[in-house]
Amino acid sequence: MAKATNSLPRTIAAHAILLLYTVIALAPVVVIVINSFKSRNAIFRTPLAPPTAETFDLIGYQTVLGQGDFLLYFQNSFIVTVGSLFLVLLFGAMAAFALAEYRFKGNTLMGLYLALGIMIPIRLGTVAILQLMVASGLVNTLTALILVYTAQGLPLCIFILSEFMKQVSDDLKDAGRIDGLSEYRIFFRLVLPLVRPAMATVAVFTMIPIWNDLWFPLILAPSESTKTITLGAQLFIGQYVTNWNAVLAALSLAILPVLILYVIFSRQLIRGITSGAVK
Amino acid sequence: MGSLKIENVKKSFGNVEVLKGIDLEVEDGEFVVFVGPSGCGKSTLLRVIAGLEDATSGNVLIDGRKVDAVPPADRGIAMVFQTYALYPHLTVRNNMSLGLKQAKTPSDEIARRVTTASTMLSLDPYLERRPAELSGGQRQRVAIGRAVVREPKLFLFDEPLSNLDAALRVNTRLEIAQLHRRLSATMIYVTHDQVEAMTLADKIVVLNGGRIEQIGRPMELYNSPANEFVAGFIGSPKMNFIEGARLNESKAKTVGVRPEHLTVDAKSGTWKGTVVHAEHLGADTNLYLDTEQAGLLTARIFGVYDAEPGATLYATPHPEKTYRFGADGRTI
Ligand SMILES: Nc1ncnc2c1ncn2[C@@H]1O[C@H](COP(=O)(O)OP(=O)(O)OP(=O)(O)O)[C@@H](O)[C@H]1O
Ligand SMILES: [Mg+2]
Repeated sequence: MAKATNSLPRTIAAHAILLLYTVIALAPVVVIVINSFKSRNAIFRTPLAPPTAETFDLIGYQTVLGQGDFLLYFQNSFIVTVGSLFLVLLFGAMAAFALAEYRFKGNTLMGLYLALGIMIPIRLGTVAILQLMVASGLVNTLTALILVYTAQGLPLCIFILSEFMKQVSDDLKDAGRIDGLSEYRIFFRLVLPLVRPAMATVAVFTMIPIWNDLWFPLILAPSESTKTITLGAQLFIGQYVTNWNAVLAALSLAILPVLILYVIFSRQLIRGITSGAVK
Repeated sequence: MGSLKIENVKKSFGNVEVLKGIDLEVEDGEFVVFVGPSGCGKSTLLRVIAGLEDATSGNVLIDGRKVDAVPPADRGIAMVFQTYALYPHLTVRNNMSLGLKQAKTPSDEIARRVTTASTMLSLDPYLERRPAELSGGQRQRVAIGRAVVREPKLFLFDEPLSNLDAALRVNTRLEIAQLHRRLSATMIYVTHDQVEAMTLADKIVVLNGGRIEQIGRPMELYNSPANEFVAGFIGSPKMNFIEGARLNESKAKTVGVRPEHLTVDAKSGTWKGTVVHAEHLGADTNLYLDTEQAGLLTARIFGVYDAEPGATLYATPHPEKTYRFGADGRTI
């Protein structure tokens, strides 16, 4: 048995598949980043070559950063992503705790209802959402985006976290109750730290679609002051001429913040202070 | 200070009735042990007393005060869990003092109580460590310490020693016995372990299927069990049960003899049988005999006894120490 699972051909095959996947997944990103440092001609002549001394050109970045609004777009994207993420994690974790911890009538039904959103894409409701936002005067505000993304992120968050919260030792929560901790303190001080890795996973899964989304910013908040970075990058894609240097530079810059957030969360995935709680 | 009264407590989960009417009185300073087979409702009863579960009906009184609507923290109880349930992110000191801080106890009082408890349980060197940096036995002592600092009227233990290895279990058992003597507090203790029950208890409560089978001092349960269940549950190895009809007993449906109340002899005796298996424990020997008249019997002989499987032996029951049970299982 051990021989079969460790044999050299198998190991090589596994690594080959993983490497191939890595290359396929990373190739578009690499192409974007290397081309963002090249002159316009070089982009079209040798799209796959890395920048050389001759073709190296920062014109894209100069255009993007010179265009004063770009920092604002960044800021908007950041506010929307972090705001939605915070609300998704807060409300999602609280709902998951209620579903996992308390016995009440309709508990299972409520769980199913909340998980339904995983299967139904929120974009199907775009028209209704737009009408709602118009009626409540939230069009062209970041609040509109944050609300929609919170709704979009909640189902998966609740679904995953309630499974993890069921695994937190009941004795630990009961010990807290006997020590007189309120349910809120039990939730924030005892349960949340123990499901931190799961929270980080959910955070990553929630954050990336929000950061990358073009649909809702375009429909709900296309005004100059509320544009997000993905929408802002469209500025350089004209109907007749596209400023590829600027588009690629904008996209390269847009990768950075998510990368930073990802690094922060993946730290949490690894760190475990859970050992020693029980047993 | 620390009496407990339970009046006709019932508890159902959905339509499964787990506790079917429990009545119990515990006096101040008593050490009461709940025993019973797995799933009989011991933990559930303990959790009802603690206030972690609401009883479906019935009352719980602590010190004569009805506590059915009182939250766990205000009942004057402390609980020690099988899984220790220490707060992983807090040091030993903070684990012990969290409940007191929550109750707004002055900090010099907290410090005094933590020092007393940690000295009592030899936890002084570990006060600034986190639970992850402690051994199993130390963690369980911290859990006990966390209960002690609350100075509760009532200690509740739910199988506190079952995660410890055998040697540590004996030590911690001694510590709990000493703790009981020193604090003269009322303690309720759930266990599977016969030895723990017999050695610690002032009073044993035998539970079965959500009902109390018998309450009594350890020796009372051993010497005069109320029914067949208690007779079989208390004592190790288990009591031998023989169908009354096989022994020409007219009234008794079942006759019981404890293994230690059987004497064996190679030449003569009441029941003739062959040795099936012998267990040599040093201090005593367990013999399994297949007898013609009484079926399979276990005999416990003190000291070393050489018997090969297949040998013929005669077993004789101690006449004053046989028990007779009627058709309803009650002792006659
Ligand atoms: N939250 C619950 N929901 C439904 N049933 C439960 C719940 N808690 C316990 N039970 C049931 O109640 C019965 C008694 O459980 P309890 O934990 O009190 O047993 P126990 O005597 O402590 O057993 P053990 O010795 O194995 O710990 C069991 O049949 C169990 O399945
Ligand atoms: Mg139990």
